[in-house]
Amino acid sequence: MAYNFHPYYLNKHLNMNFGRFFLRVYAIWQFITRFFREVLLPPYEYKEIINQFFQVGIRSLSIITLTGFITGVVFTKQSRSSLAEFGAASWLPSLIAIALIRALAPLVTALIIAGKVGSNIGAELGSMKVTEQIDAMEVSSTNPFKFLVASRILATTAIVPVLAIYMGFVGLMGAYMNVHHNEQTSFTSFFQSAFMKITFLDVWVLLLKSAVYGFTIGVAGCFNGYNADQGTVGVGRAANTAVVVSMFLIFIEEMIIVQLVNYFKHG
Amino acid sequence: MANSMAKTISTPIDRSRPVISIRGLKKGFGNMQVLKGVDLDVYHGENLVVLGRSGSGKSVLIKIMAGLLKPDAGTVSVLGRDIARLNTKELQALRTRIGFSFQNSALYDGMDVRANLEFPLVRNKRHLSHSQIDAAIAKVLDDVGLSQTLYQMPSELSGGQRKRIGIARTLILQPEIMLYDEPTAGLDPVTSVEINDLINEVQERYHTSSVIITHDLTCAKATGDRLVMLSEGQFLRQGSFEEVFDTDDPKVKNFYNYNFIAGS
Repeated sequence: MAYNFHPYYLNKHLNMNFGRFFLRVYAIWQFITRFFREVLLPPYEYKEIINQFFQVGIRSLSIITLTGFITGVVFTKQSRSSLAEFGAASWLPSLIAIALIRALAPLVTALIIAGKVGSNIGAELGSMKVTEQIDAMEVSSTNPFKFLVASRILATTAIVPVLAIYMGFVGLMGAYMNVHHNEQTSFTSFFQSAFMKITFLDVWVLLLKSAVYGFTIGVAGCFNGYNADQGTVGVGRAANTAVVVSMFLIFIEEMIIVQLVNYFKHG
Repeated sequence: MANSMAKTISTPIDRSRPVISIRGLKKGFGNMQVLKGVDLDVYHGENLVVLGRSGSGKSVLIKIMAGLLKPDAGTVSVLGRDIARLNTKELQALRTRIGFSFQNSALYDGMDVRANLEFPLVRNKRHLSHSQIDAAIAKVLDDVGLSQTLYQMPSELSGGQRKRIGIARTLILQPEIMLYDEPTAGLDPVTSVEINDLINEVQERYHTSSVIITHDLTCAKATGDRLVMLSEGQFLRQGSFEEVFDTDDPKVKNFYNYNFIAGS
């Protein structure tokens, strides 16, 4: 492999990788445009879409509940001492609500769904691809892209916002239990104080960015699975790439969305 | 041994009615040219066997016939329609008249046998009632001799059973053409003979024309009305089993000898 360090080969290698990178970006672009075309044009795969809503939503509920609750409890415990130092412990419910609604709920939900559902989609479609099940679907006059891909991307896009709202609520419940345990705050005053600083814009942004994360997870899982090759190795790679790429993109998107929201809010 | 396996059941072949017609077909992947100008006719009621070594382009040929791959050059006409000129809807309509049995059966892992068989039926014949669907499933399962497997998952089936269910799934739409990709690959000799018999029974009962891709000479002899031998992207010879192998061409001789040495 030593020849790779020779400037000529290194240059050739880099050119090839750049070429591959742009080809891949173009393939993803085509994949996304095809998704919108297939989603908008009939026939619609209602049954499979509902099935995927169930697969993504209901089956992720327990892990979202657990992580949401723990997030709320831990964040409250960690923040209390800092706020108490400035005599601002009464701001704890507002702080937790802002942190959960604006950042933690959509981000943690998306990361969990990327790990749980994204990898599952990548592996499932990858294994269907390498065992010719997708071809079998095509020769039975079924559009596999519409049936397998469009339904899954729609499901992740629609369900991640719902799960993020749910996680926000469960996180606040965890925070309330911790606050109630330490400060004997009532349920009503905790939530009144929590929602004091939350605006409709915050909720809309939560829904919007969760939908973007859900779309990203769906596209990353489906693209890698649908284009898997090289047998079982390809299936593993598809599952792995789906998770890594979607997690990476979720953080990039988080950063961009926060910048945009701040720009529109404050100019 | 090979002679005792010769095809006994035969349906009339109408040589004036080609169901598949291929002219000047070329297909390559990257720098590798897999098919180099292939001409072929498959006639109504005929079982045509395409023989060849692994990598000779057999599976590419059959996938082009099913519209799963696009040719680089040439025309492929199936049931009178030029595959390359069809839009998605027309291609889907044509595919309901073609059955494709995959090398590894390609059963949907997440569905039991019943759901596998139901899938193409409910999607292509939406007007059918539950009782009609049940009857169609029962009939194809009976035809492939696996009525008892209705609620089994693909992972619970043997290789031979999976092949049979794969064939049943294509038969449920009552296709006019059957495409078999390596129907006996990976099966023991006894199960292979059962699959060969099933291919002939399908031709007899459903009056199908078939293309059978294989490198198994026993399968070729037992199922083929006509054989074509594909080598390095071109057809070397065609005719009956005896006509194809009655030659001094070393490629054909080697293929014959190694196949039967390996088979024995």
